[in-house]
Amino acid sequence: MIAPLHDGRAWLTAQRWLLPVLLLLGLGLSFAIPQYNFPNKYIQLIIMYVGINIILTVSLNLVNGYMGEFSLAHAGFMAIGAYTAALLTMRVLPVADYPWLFPLAVLAGGLMAALFSFLVAIPSFKIRGDYLAIITLAFLMIVKSVIENIDYLGGPRGMPGIRKLTTLPWTFFWTVLSVWAVRNFVYSNYGRGVLSIREDEIASDLMSVNTHRVKFLAFALSAFFAGVAGALFAHVLQFISPRVFDIIKTTDILIMVYLGGIASIAGSMLGATVFTVLLEVLRPSNTAALLSWLPDFIFDPLNEYFIQHLGIWRMVIMPLLLVLLMLFRPRGIMGLREFGWFVPRLDREAGVGAVLPEKDHEPARSQ
Amino acid sequence: MTYWFQQILNALQLSSIYGLIALGYTMVYGILTMINFAHGDVFMVGAFFCFIAAVMLGLPFLPTLLLTILGTALLGTTIERVAYKPLRQAPRVSAIITALGVGIFLENFTLALAPYPQHIPPLLDNITWTLGGVTLSSLQLIIIVLSLGLMFLLDYIVYRTPVGMAMRAISWDKTFVPLMGVPVDSIISITFAIGAGLAGAAGAMYGLAYPVIDPYMGIMVGWKAFIAAVVGGIGNIRGAMIGSFILGTVEIMVVAFFPSTYRDFVAFTLLLLLIVIRPYGILGQPRTQKV
Repeated sequence: MIAPLHDGRAWLTAQRWLLPVLLLLGLGLSFAIPQYNFPNKYIQLIIMYVGINIILTVSLNLVNGYMGEFSLAHAGFMAIGAYTAALLTMRVLPVADYPWLFPLAVLAGGLMAALFSFLVAIPSFKIRGDYLAIITLAFLMIVKSVIENIDYLGGPRGMPGIRKLTTLPWTFFWTVLSVWAVRNFVYSNYGRGVLSIREDEIASDLMSVNTHRVKFLAFALSAFFAGVAGALFAHVLQFISPRVFDIIKTTDILIMVYLGGIASIAGSMLGATVFTVLLEVLRPSNTAALLSWLPDFIFDPLNEYFIQHLGIWRMVIMPLLLVLLMLFRPRGIMGLREFGWFVPRLDREAGVGAVLPEKDHEPARSQ
Repeated sequence: MTYWFQQILNALQLSSIYGLIALGYTMVYGILTMINFAHGDVFMVGAFFCFIAAVMLGLPFLPTLLLTILGTALLGTTIERVAYKPLRQAPRVSAIITALGVGIFLENFTLALAPYPQHIPPLLDNITWTLGGVTLSSLQLIIIVLSLGLMFLLDYIVYRTPVGMAMRAISWDKTFVPLMGVPVDSIISITFAIGAGLAGAAGAMYGLAYPVIDPYMGIMVGWKAFIAAVVGGIGNIRGAMIGSFILGTVEIMVVAFFPSTYRDFVAFTLLLLLIVIRPYGILGQPRTQKV
């Protein structure tokens, strides 16, 4: 068993009052930042994207990290949530007059996505591993091509003109909610079931874990928050089309999960933040602004030969960094470990950390 | 009736290309139980190698094809040595994510060098024969015959030569085969070279059949070839060929009889049902799992 990261950082775990204070502080900031238009609109937008990506990453980690499946369907659930919420705010709910109705649309998006998660959960009772990956991929493609064929949803052209309803406080609220829900689920009895399925599904079934129910719940919870993130995303971007939710989107979320490290909530939050922020920092104008303190004789050649070209090359640098990280840290930034904060007190005292054994969780091969 | 034959011919052309790519997926999976997600992008790089050889170097068809196959084979082994080999003892997912990273790197690297879709000129005089209303072009014939030839060559290599025997031995058991004197590292490199070379050949032929190429073309084709490999039973070479012919035929037939936007929907729904009914693919062997 791997020890949690709390050794020598007792201040992180012991101060029970710190978490509520930080949450209140965050909530206050999320109201204050847009109110005073602190740094600028662009930074605020990035903060919202970070929040949405955290929701996506934490929820995908539940299935791919804690349960040990390889799901590619996340962008599909996101699409279901996004389209449901966008339809509600555009055609049903009078959000123009009552903007506080927006969370209802987000909730509906999440619920709709959770409803469809049985399409992935039921095949997963029989099918594991790479074949389940194919099922989830097929699900993603089917969602995409169904949306493309429904004219009411705009078909391949997509839905323009969605209101910008996602605000910083709402992003903050849903992000905290998703982290809280996934964390509590993982350390509940069902969470133990999820972990036992990852280690050995047949054995856990024999040990009277109701694997079907656990899988239903895990997929539904994961899909719910993917739908929520999709709904929030649609109301930031203000335009959705089937193209937004294709396999490339899923790949991005996968990268954030594995960059942060599987089976670690702190890792997911870190992975989503690092990935989103790094992609923005590497934009030429941002890099130039960040490095402008350098003396001219260093900055000018750097600018001419490197920074000016980042527009395209940042997309080359990012995957290279990912490959390098995987080579030197195959389990991601936080893989196997968890901040003491996210581990319940009783588990911490029993020495339970991120609950991931050393052995590779490859299914046993018969010789 | 002639319409049917014409569509079957088109399906054969598409499925041969899927088949060549699916073989690479299935070989690597068979030997390393690893999904090489960069494989679709190796196919794309193959199309661009073909473009370089045909347009920039001005070579005729056969040297172009050979150069493409050589180039991608080299690329395949390089990727294996640099990115996958250090991860052989790491968890399986790390290798998969590395493969995704390599794939995205190849896409964006190509995009940075060639920002616009490129056009491959016809390298062969296009002759068409009409037989009872069915048109067959020389390009179609070459694609189908060449793909089938490469597939049979691979089948021969894997089932009839010492190298193939070593490949099958490694996929059977990785612990004891090295003790028998099988050079595991070189065999794995050869596997990657062959798989990537086949994908390069597919890329060249795809570029000739559908002449506009762009850096993202490998994603969709690659995933579909992967699905074909899974449908046939991943790890099984003959299964990959059968799976590709099923997928190609289904796709072309859907386009022939329904609006073309239904193509992915019908194809993927059928595949979903097939996998649910037969979870180990058509030729795959169900593995008993020990507890």
